[in-house]
Amino acid sequence: MLSSLHARKSLQLVIGLAIGFGFGFLLQKGNVTEYDVIINQLLFRDFTVVKIMVTAMITGMIGVHLLRSSGLATLHPKPGSIGMTVLGGLIFGVGFAVLGYCPGTIAAAVGQGKMDAALGGVGGIIVGAGLFAHLYPCLARTVLPKGDFGPLTLPELFKVNPWVLIIPLVSVLIGLLVLLESYGL
Amino acid sequence: MLALLQMNEWSPYVVGVGIGLLSCCAFLLSDRPLGCSTAYARTSGMLEQLFRGKKVREMDYYRQFVPEIDWEWMLVLGVFLGALTSAGLSGELRIEWIPSVWADTFGPAHLPRLLTAFAGGVIMGLGARWAGGCTSGHGISGTLQLAVSGWLAVAAFFFSGGICAYLIFTLGG
Repeated sequence: MLSSLHARKSLQLVIGLAIGFGFGFLLQKGNVTEYDVIINQLLFRDFTVVKIMVTAMITGMIGVHLLRSSGLATLHPKPGSIGMTVLGGLIFGVGFAVLGYCPGTIAAAVGQGKMDAALGGVGGIIVGAGLFAHLYPCLARTVLPKGDFGPLTLPELFKVNPWVLIIPLVSVLIGLLVLLESYGL
Repeated sequence: MLALLQMNEWSPYVVGVGIGLLSCCAFLLSDRPLGCSTAYARTSGMLEQLFRGKKVREMDYYRQFVPEIDWEWMLVLGVFLGALTSAGLSGELRIEWIPSVWADTFGPAHLPRLLTAFAGGVIMGLGARWAGGCTSGHGISGTLQLAVSGWLAVAAFFFSGGICAYLIFTLGG
């Protein structure tokens, strides 16, 4: 692990900016800065979002686990629970359909000149995130801990080596992409 | 090389591989996954701090997510700059008020779209922090780490997003 690099705080901010720059560049080239593309994905009329996400998953899954197997990276799976992940995810989905951007693609959409993103959506996300911060003490006592499973990963759940899952999962995901292409989607 | 950077559109597979490789860079160089939504929570805390002062930092949530500029905040700034550069190179950088799919159903007026985008943003910001991540943090970084939370979240995002988009565009229009 590059621990000395990870500890350099201001250099890390520059690395974050640089990785974000690449991410935004790719999102724009992938057309997912377009409301139309995102909404058409949710309506199953255009599969650009799924193609990008699935290809990123495949590449990242193999790459990050190779780094981990060589001792160059540590995983940081997020903790979750039914009350947190599923309920929060369902709320997020409603916002996804109403807004037509997500927190990453909206920053890119603003960069491209989308005014509904810049003058409507960004402010909304900031307000919504602040609303959660205020509701947090109450939610943390009630709904968030329901069905808690912590930072569990699928290999831990099934008690297998990660590659035992990665190889079939990557095959299924590639199969999905081939299927989409064969139907001309 | 320049011609490549000036293209309007790259294959989604090229874009996906690129994002996957950037995820690897984030783990290798910064020991962290890609994610975007905490930047909005920190920004919200920073703005609230302008009005309410230091006591904002004593809120339970902002003790965990201190309202300051961090790696993820810089990442989101980078996303903005990267898209600006890409759109500038391809000549797609222009002010656009109303997306065409929206206009086809709800017409070209600015205000309804702005208010809807704001409302959608509030719901999304709430949901993203409730779930502990967004389409990047759960949808890409969570799934690629084989995190149970990532796979559950992404299923929930697209399940309710799909139903809601269907309701908006079939019943609403």
